[in-house]
Amino acid sequence: MTATPTSAPGLAPAAAADPAYRGRPGAGTTVALFAACYNDTVWPGTPISTVKVLERLGVRVVFPRKQTCCGQIFTNTGYAAEAIPLVRGFVDTFAAFDYVVAPSGSCVGAVREQHHQLAERSGDAGLVREVAAVVPHVYDISEFLVDVLKVTDVGAYFPHRVTYHPTCHSLRVAQVGDRPQQLLRAVRGITVVELPNATECCGFGGTFSVKNPDMSISMASDKARHVRETGAEVLVAGDNMCLMNIGGVLKRQRAGVRIMHLAEILASTEEDPA
Amino acid sequence: MSAVGPVQQTSPTFVGMPKFPYAARSALGNTQQRRNLAHATGVIRAKRAKVVAEVPRWEELRQAGADAKDEVLGHLADYLVQAEEALTRGGAVVHWARDAAEANRIVVDLVKAVGTGEVVKVKSMATQEIELNEALEAEGIHAWETDLAELIVQLGHDRPSHILVPAIHRNRSEIREIFRREMGLVGRPAPDDLTDEPRRLAEAARLHLREKFLRAKVAISGANFLVAETGTLVVVESEGNGRMCLTLPETLISVVGIEKVLPTWQDLGTFLQLLPRSSTGERMNPYTSMWSGVHAGDGPQNVHVVLIDNGRTHVLADPVGREALRCIRCSACLNTCPVYERAGGHAYGSVYPGPIGSILNPQLRGTASEVDRSLPFASTLCGACFEACPMRIDIPKLLVHLRAKVVDAKGRNTAEGRAMAAGAWLFADARRLEKAQKGSVLAGKVLGNRQPPPLPGAMGMWLGARDIPDLPAQTFRQWWNARGSGSTGGQS
Repeated sequence: MTATPTSAPGLAPAAAADPAYRGRPGAGTTVALFAACYNDTVWPGTPISTVKVLERLGVRVVFPRKQTCCGQIFTNTGYAAEAIPLVRGFVDTFAAFDYVVAPSGSCVGAVREQHHQLAERSGDAGLVREVAAVVPHVYDISEFLVDVLKVTDVGAYFPHRVTYHPTCHSLRVAQVGDRPQQLLRAVRGITVVELPNATECCGFGGTFSVKNPDMSISMASDKARHVRETGAEVLVAGDNMCLMNIGGVLKRQRAGVRIMHLAEILASTEEDPA
Repeated sequence: MSAVGPVQQTSPTFVGMPKFPYAARSALGNTQQRRNLAHATGVIRAKRAKVVAEVPRWEELRQAGADAKDEVLGHLADYLVQAEEALTRGGAVVHWARDAAEANRIVVDLVKAVGTGEVVKVKSMATQEIELNEALEAEGIHAWETDLAELIVQLGHDRPSHILVPAIHRNRSEIREIFRREMGLVGRPAPDDLTDEPRRLAEAARLHLREKFLRAKVAISGANFLVAETGTLVVVESEGNGRMCLTLPETLISVVGIEKVLPTWQDLGTFLQLLPRSSTGERMNPYTSMWSGVHAGDGPQNVHVVLIDNGRTHVLADPVGREALRCIRCSACLNTCPVYERAGGHAYGSVYPGPIGSILNPQLRGTASEVDRSLPFASTLCGACFEACPMRIDIPKLLVHLRAKVVDAKGRNTAEGRAMAAGAWLFADARRLEKAQKGSVLAGKVLGNRQPPPLPGAMGMWLGARDIPDLPAQTFRQWWNARGSGSTGGQS
């Protein structure tokens, strides 16, 4: 199906008809949402929140349905051959868009760092070219908001004490820098407290947590301890798999700390609180 | 690509090591070691961060170091011949060793020719790698380690657990016990009133070692660098024990990995800025010794250099993996690694532990053993090591590269291989994913906010320590479809 500008697929009809929509930072911009397979399945609240934030800013959001997975779990477990068709799928799905936005530093990092390596491994020169063409258009939600729309205040309201864990892949692979903190600090009502040893890994590491369970638990326990030291009621990050790991420990401890993706806090408003 | 050159033999000490997860499980239970390691790596990390931040063009310096090493690795044979010619011109004798056995045989014969029953040693990873001390002892030759930490390890009948600070897993009260118990058995005993004050411990070591320095006829060292242009060997150190070894005995034998070559004297300047800041967190190390052959009447008069391959050409044959040969053994990756900090060095089954060990050992030794096969997986791929590496070795990329090699060698007819194939099939078509998601939604409805029942195996361990999230009643796709704008996804 081909979308036309007037049909504004993905936009709630009311929002599309809102005249105020035209003056917003995202007016005239179309974004293809890459939800990430695990968000789609287990944490739909995160891509839903991403849609809400983007639409609030006037962006037209589309969701190409044939998307599945960036392939990272296969690549990082040593199954490069299995990941290559997913790289093909990714470029086929997203090649037509100027902006591909994902609520995941890890998946964005995998697309940026690994897709060209996998394409080269496949020996398919066409795929190498296609990957090179798509990758510069792929953004983590924090990058898209700060760098493309040039906003830090997205109109969010969240009157709670939060601490932010910079996930390893958002920090060191996607390299989102302090954009998530800029966005969080601009949220009305929020209290952001510093997480001790923030840049240390939580011990998830995909299949690492299964292959090296004792080490993974040791690291996750330390991270959970640091979260509790902050007295925050919410732990926020840009990757739900890391949050599942740390949050799994916090939940087991009945620690009174809930986990939230950055996009969910940014989507929260007085009228529609998270 | 098939192996070029010999693959390193796993040395007797490490044969039969269990795979990393099992060794790490024991190490995680060693509370004293955990405390010692967390403290020591934390201190070094902070020192490194401070002195690296002082250098305005650190990233350019890293790139210059990586470029110099890549130049060497791209033309290794040429630079080695150039180095050999320069060393020979300076009066040194150059020996070539394919593997540990050849290198050990050469050194043993050289020591025997001098007619001495003991040697003093400068701290050296290459001689640890080839287990030279054990080879010398087997021939009745005592090898005395003179680096303070190596002395602690040797007296404690222990193994090094860190490249730079091999006794990092020991604290000072443990060291005091080792000195009191062991020093007297091999030389000057520790004083009866020895305390665990660092000053007193260092003094005991100084007195114990002094008589060995003055007596020794042969010293054995490694080298941090070998400048091809000038035939200059370089050793950097903190304690001055190396300087004693390198200047007092008549005969000096240096065992040097073939990847230690630098093209020019100018390049050395880059590395002398990168290495101390990355390793000890100092602006400059206290002692830098350089020698280019023999100088009449000054220092050792018989200078030998044993250049060892021992698996390095095997690493070089892999155009992706060879980046690991840039390593200058600074240990920054160990100090920054959350896995190393908790496991310590012994769990890696090699004298090269930590992130660099996880990419070097499976390449130097191949992946025939349990421990070497498990090392590429002993990382969360958090990337802290790459960030710290002064040689810009992309350790996470190499780990992933080696994981694929392990899987390809093992084959895919395993539970994991079948699970991965099923996942790849599922993700090959979004319609399959959507069907599968109906199952997860159903499971969510059945479980509600309850946790799943206890499971066996790896997933059971996961759930043993953590709760899992409640599964949603609706996937994102279902929400999107239900929004009712009449469109289900624009360009599809």
